[in-house]
Amino acid sequence: MIFGEAEIQQFLRLAQRGTEEKEREGALVSLRRGLQRPETQQTFIRLEGSIRTLVGLLTSNQALLQLEAARCLHELSHSEQSAVVEACLPATSYLLTYLSGHSSDFIELCLYTLGNLIVESEAVRRQLLPQGIVPALAACIQSPHLTVLEALGYALSQLLQAKEAPEKIIPSVLGSTLPQHMLQLLQPGPKLNLGVAVEFAWCLHYIICSQVNNALLITQGALSTLGLLLLDLAGAVQRTEDAGLELLACPVLRCLSNLLTEAAAEAVGGQLQLRDERVVAALFILLQFLLQKQPSLLPEGLWLLNNLTANSPSFCTSLLSLDLIEPLLHLLSVSNVVSVLVLTVLCNVAEKGPAYCQRLWPGPLLSSLLDTLAFSDTEVVGQSLELLQLLFLYQPGAAQAFLQQSGLQALQRHEEVAQLQDRVHALQQTALHG
Amino acid sequence: MQLPPALHARLAGAPGSAEPLPVERDPAAGTTPFSFAPRLVRFPREHDFFEDGDVQRHLYLQDVLTQVGGAPERPRRPSARVPEFTCQVAGCCQVFDALEDYEHHYHALHRNVCSFCKRAFPSGHLLDTHILEWHDSLFQILAERQDMYQCLVEGCTEKFRTSRDRKEHLVMRHLYPADFRFDKPRRSRGPAVPGAAEQVLAEALGDDRVPSEGDAMEVCSEHVEPSPEPAGERRAYSHRCLTRI
Repeated sequence: MIFGEAEIQQFLRLAQRGTEEKEREGALVSLRRGLQRPETQQTFIRLEGSIRTLVGLLTSNQALLQLEAARCLHELSHSEQSAVVEACLPATSYLLTYLSGHSSDFIELCLYTLGNLIVESEAVRRQLLPQGIVPALAACIQSPHLTVLEALGYALSQLLQAKEAPEKIIPSVLGSTLPQHMLQLLQPGPKLNLGVAVEFAWCLHYIICSQVNNALLITQGALSTLGLLLLDLAGAVQRTEDAGLELLACPVLRCLSNLLTEAAAEAVGGQLQLRDERVVAALFILLQFLLQKQPSLLPEGLWLLNNLTANSPSFCTSLLSLDLIEPLLHLLSVSNVVSVLVLTVLCNVAEKGPAYCQRLWPGPLLSSLLDTLAFSDTEVVGQSLELLQLLFLYQPGAAQAFLQQSGLQALQRHEEVAQLQDRVHALQQTALHG
Repeated sequence: MQLPPALHARLAGAPGSAEPLPVERDPAAGTTPFSFAPRLVRFPREHDFFEDGDVQRHLYLQDVLTQVGGAPERPRRPSARVPEFTCQVAGCCQVFDALEDYEHHYHALHRNVCSFCKRAFPSGHLLDTHILEWHDSLFQILAERQDMYQCLVEGCTEKFRTSRDRKEHLVMRHLYPADFRFDKPRRSRGPAVPGAAEQVLAEALGDDRVPSEGDAMEVCSEHVEPSPEPAGERRAYSHRCLTRI
C-alpha cells in the first residue's frame, strides 16, 4: 500500500485523537501496512511532525497504541535508506528505556528495531552508545524469556559488527557483565536453546576476531565453555538432531580457533579442555556432518584442527591412535582450500619426528600424495612436497616406496613451476640418492 | 567419510588426553628449499576466509527477520485468542481478546505503579527514582545539602543538585531528547485536588493526555523553591509540553 501525505496525516490524527480505542489502534495498523513500502516510508518521514507523533504514541499511556506505534517504527527500521533510518533517532532513548520493562513481546520488538537501526546507520550507533545501550543490554540479558534473549543477541551482534566496533564498542562490552552472561547462555545442558546460542556465539566471534582483549575472555572461561559446547554439538549431531546445528557450529569453530592463538590459552592449557582428546573426536564428527550438510564450512573445521595439532604432540598422537588419518585423507578430494588444510595438518603430525611418521606409514597416505601431486593447484602441490620431505626424512623406506609407485613421474610435471621447482629437485635428489 | 566406530564411544567416554609419542626433530626438516613449520593461524575481522560462513549467517538472519513483526495483524507467534475479558486491576476497564495484548497492557500500566500517586512507569528503575524524588521527604531534606538527583541512564553514576542539572546532563552527555518524557518536573504540589489545576491548564492548551491515573510516566520533581519563579518556569515548561505530541 502506498499512502500519500493526506492519508498518512489522517491515520496519525485518528491515532492521536480518535475517541474509540479500537479506532485509534486500527489507524496505526493501517499505517503500519503502508510503511512496509519504501515510498510510503519516504513520504512519512518528510511529513512534518510525523515522527514526533509516532514517538508520542510510543510513549503514551495506552499500551496497545504503544505496541502498534512500536510496530510502525519497526517497519521503518527495515529501510535501506539512511534518511529513513535516521529519522528514527528521536525514538532511540525510549526504545532503550523500554528494555528494562517486563513485557517480553514489546521488549523483543524494541530489540529487533534497535538491531535494524544499528546495522544501517553510524549516526544511530553514535547516539546509542552515549545513551547507554551497553548497560541497557547488560540489564536486559538477565531476562528469562528466550525470545527476548534471541532478539538481544541479534541486536548485539549487529552492534559488534560495526566497523568502528573494535575501538568504540567492544571495549565497553568487554567492560560490562555481558561476556559473562553470554558464556552462561552458551553452557551446554538441558537449558541450552539453539536460537539463543547461535546469536551469542556469533557475538563472541565478532568480539574475538577483533582481537581487543581476548585474554579477558579466556580468564572468564571462554575456552572451557566453548570446548564443552563443541562436545555437546557433536553429541547432538550423533543423535541426528541436526536442525540448524551448522549455524552454531560455524561461530564456535571460529571462536575456538582464534582463541587458541592467544598466549593466554597456553596458560590455561593445563585445564582439561585443551588436552582432552574428546575434542578431536567431536571435531571429526562435526567434519563428517559438515561434509554432508555444508561443505563450505569444512575449512573452518580444519582450521581448528590445525590450531589444535600444530604445537600439540598429544593431539597429534590422538589423531593416530583414534585412526583418524584415513578419514582425513578422504577430504582431499573436496576442494583446493580443504586439501591444503588437510595436508597442513598431516605435516603437523609428520614434523614431530620418526615415531609419528612410523604411524603414518604404510597405509593410504602414499597413494593420496601421489594423487595430490597430480593437482594443478600450486599450493596443494607445494604442501604435498613439504609433507614428502618430512616423510623421506623420518620414515625409512618411504623414498623407496615413492619411487616404486612412479613418484618421479609425478614430480616431473612440476619441474618448471617457479614456486615448486627447487623443492621438486630436492626431493628427486633425496629419492634417488638418499 | 567413514569414521572409526570407536570414535563415537570415545566421545561418550571419560575426559583424558593421549600419552604423546616421543617428539624427535631433525634439524634438516623444513630447511631450504622447504619451509614447513607448524603454525597457529589467526584470522582477523573481515578476512576473506570468513566469507562463506558469513553468507550463510546473513541468509539465516534474513529468514528470521522476515518473521519478526510478522503477519500484518499479529507478531510471529500465534496469539492466543480468547473470549473477551476485562483487566482485573481496580479502576481499569480495558477489554482484551488476546492474551499477549493483555500482557503488554499489564506490564505497561499496572506493573510499576507508584502506590502514592498511581502513575505508571516503564521500569522498576524509573519507578524507584520517582518514589524517591517525589514522595520521600528525607530526599527533599538531603537534596538541600548534597547532589541527590541521579542520572536516569543505567550504568551512569552521576548525581546532581537539581533536576534541571540532571536534564542538562542527560541531553549533553547522553544525547537524550530535551523533552524526554520520563524526565518531567512535577507540575503542581497542590495536595487538595491533585492534578485538577493541571487538568484545566492542560485542556486549555489542548493537551489531549488525561492527567489522571492513566497519566503515565513522569519521573522527577523540581525541588520547589519558595520564590515565585517556579510557577513561571512550570508554565513555560507546560507550554513546551504543548509543542510535543
